[in-house]
Amino acid sequence: MNDGAHNNHSGVSLRVSGLRKSFDSQEVLKGVDFDVQPGEIFVIMGPSGSGKSVLLKHLIGLETPDAGEILINGESIQSPETADKYRLAMVFQSGALLSSLTVGENVGLYLTEHRLKPPAEIERIVSEKLRDLGLADAAAKTPAELSGGMKKRAAIARALVIEPQLILYDEPTSELDPLSAVNIGQEILKLKERVGVTSLVVSHDRELAFGIAERIAFIEDGRILAIGSPNELKRSPEADVQKFLSADFQHESQSAKL
Amino acid sequence: MFENLGEMVLLFWRTLVALPQAWRQRQKVFDQFFEIGNASLWMVCLLSFFIGAVISLQTAPVLVERSLSSAVGGIVGIAMAKEFAPVMMSILIAGRIGSAMAAEIGSMRVYQEIDALRTMNINPIHYLVLPRLVAIAIALPLLVIFAILVGWFGGAVVADVNPHIAIPFGAFFSDLRSVVENKDVANGVFKSFCFAIIIGIISCHQGLATIGGPRGIGRSVTKAVVNSIVFIVFFDYILTRILMK
Repeated sequence: MNDGAHNNHSGVSLRVSGLRKSFDSQEVLKGVDFDVQPGEIFVIMGPSGSGKSVLLKHLIGLETPDAGEILINGESIQSPETADKYRLAMVFQSGALLSSLTVGENVGLYLTEHRLKPPAEIERIVSEKLRDLGLADAAAKTPAELSGGMKKRAAIARALVIEPQLILYDEPTSELDPLSAVNIGQEILKLKERVGVTSLVVSHDRELAFGIAERIAFIEDGRILAIGSPNELKRSPEADVQKFLSADFQHESQSAKL
Repeated sequence: MFENLGEMVLLFWRTLVALPQAWRQRQKVFDQFFEIGNASLWMVCLLSFFIGAVISLQTAPVLVERSLSSAVGGIVGIAMAKEFAPVMMSILIAGRIGSAMAAEIGSMRVYQEIDALRTMNINPIHYLVLPRLVAIAIALPLLVIFAILVGWFGGAVVADVNPHIAIPFGAFFSDLRSVVENKDVANGVFKSFCFAIIIGIISCHQGLATIGGPRGIGRSVTKAVVNSIVFIVFFDYILTRILMK
């Protein structure tokens, strides 16, 4: 979230420890702990209402925790210096493109508002990012003219303009058809290969999680129940993890029958 | 209604502090200004013409009957300049523009666009509230000046063409000029400036405080319009008392 001009995306490490958050009397996060290595694709998986999105909002600074800390490269994210030092971006579940702007304006918004580059340079960067994500012809369109998958890709392009060191994805494949979901997964993998950015993906999509993750954390009822590689998670002794995964398998087999 | 008063005062203060950023946001200010004018000009014209006409129609026959026809121009002039134009136009703008502000910002809040701005280190007050507040604070007083002139014209037309009144156009304006002073117009314009701030802050605050999807947006729009009208009427009395001194 730095305002300066940036030249590289090299990923950062993330450590979350003892994170707690309550809304009114309801405790949503009950002491969340995990680490993400620089350049890693880390997926947080869990059922709806388990606290995934609230956790993500804490990581990007949209919520303040009641207790616990979030460290980026060992520095607390709550300190203004850290917030200025590291570049974080988030891809929202809905894309959250500004409906009053064109796709191109959305993608270049960060650079335009902070006046980091001259307009011609911004236009060039926007075209490049959109081309990289297969949206070369979409710059002049409004978000309402895009499909769900295109909106998510435009949101990724907007995140990339920041040259982030950490990208947070909130349910990147929700409401997408299977092909678009696969494409989004591939984009996340490509970004890691191309720029080495650290990626934290929150999702309840098992296909996506097992397809892209280096490690997966399973969260339920505001607690991390298991962390490990996809294979380790499949073998987790936690009953809730197995229940969630088998429910997902059952859902898949029902879908296949239909 | 008053539960969010503190939040609104805080929003107003933060917007005031951000005022030096207004020049940077001038394109957005201009866009909002154009939208306000474009959406309201014809409605303002129609409404103020008939308000002036009705004041003339209601008061003139009684005054003419008592040989006080020379007072008609002054009454229409003062009523439009000091009360009807600023209050009625502000209520109109609260309905047309305040509702649009609350709906737009409210939907941006519900669909996480404001969260997206924050993640890009873009302050929603600078980006959303400031341009709207500056635009409405400029546009509403200008619309009120326009409404005053059209209202006077409406009053003069009715006074001239109605056979029961029959005050010539020239005589109407001559009487009006002898009663209405510049400070009376300034009084109305100042009131409208204050009402513009009220509409802008209430509507933006309601938009930013929206929760709960499309239903929440609807609630915010209703609250923005109703609260704006209540505050306009309340502050109209306060301002009138202050300006009478």
